Amino acid sequence: MKNNNLNEAILKAGKGIWNAVPMIIGIVLLVGLTDVLIPKSLYTKVFTNSVFDPLIGSAFGSILAGSPITSYILGGEFLAQGVSLVAVTAFIVAWVTVGIVTLPAEIVMLGKKFAIARNVMSFIFAIIVAIITIGVLNLL
Amino acid sequence: MKSLKDIRKVWYFPTAVAIIYIITFIMDSTKAVDSLQSTLNVFIKIIPTLLLVFALMALTNYFIAPKKLANWLNKKHGWLVAIVAGIISTGPIYMWYPMLQDLQKHGVKNGIIATFLYNRAIKPALLPLIIVYFGLAFTVVLTIVMAILSVVQGWLVEKIIA
Repeated sequence: MKNNNLNEAILKAGKGIWNAVPMIIGIVLLVGLTDVLIPKSLYTKVFTNSVFDPLIGSAFGSILAGSPITSYILGGEFLAQGVSLVAVTAFIVAWVTVGIVTLPAEIVMLGKKFAIARNVMSFIFAIIVAIITIGVLNLL
Repeated sequence: MKSLKDIRKVWYFPTAVAIIYIITFIMDSTKAVDSLQSTLNVFIKIIPTLLLVFALMALTNYFIAPKKLANWLNKKHGWLVAIVAGIISTGPIYMWYPMLQDLQKHGVKNGIIATFLYNRAIKPALLPLIIVYFGLAFTVVLTIVMAILSVVQGWLVEKIIA
């Protein structure tokens, strides 16, 4: 069923996107900055080969931003350097589900309570997902 | 209509980032220029997604009454719709904020929105790459675990906010 006329529908969609433009500009600028300012050599130094590694992996994945492809490549490197698969899984899951860089935009667009609750839960769930995934893999 | 205060508020974040760029430029101009180059590359990449989101928003506005869509999504099958939509949606997560904001304003449950956002982590196009790095069994198990737990996560977000 047609709800509005086409011009109105396009105008409304355009308005919605336009309202998000300042936030999108901010996020993309910040993604560019973190990509250049955080040296890739630092990445492997954060893991300690302890039980805290999944927590560190989730925290590290939450801070960094960029294409998921980068997280897989980094995850592969971490594995090659002896980091546990649970920690690497927590890292790649948090990379895509938690967004510290995008948090200010999420707060403005979707609300403070929602953004904080969702990101905190996603951070915790990155560790849970990692533990369950590796647990199931060990059973197979 | 948006107040001047609301309009100003959305510019706080990009302004703060711009200030960080100015500081970076003063300290190391090469890194600031490299960052801007990286930013430009990201901008070029997100243009197709921006157009897709715009088209989806326009089509939804044209064909479906927002209130009806919200009611439909808030039913039990809404969780499944959120999982599938999250998986098939493309581009960076923040490109979907305007559409999700629109849905949220029309009463779609926060849990459904959280579930959609969580499933943005599962990308069929990227699955071959995960298989290359981590193996087929890992990829299959991770995908299933994430899809199932996304509903638990969404439900918990819903409860926390309520």
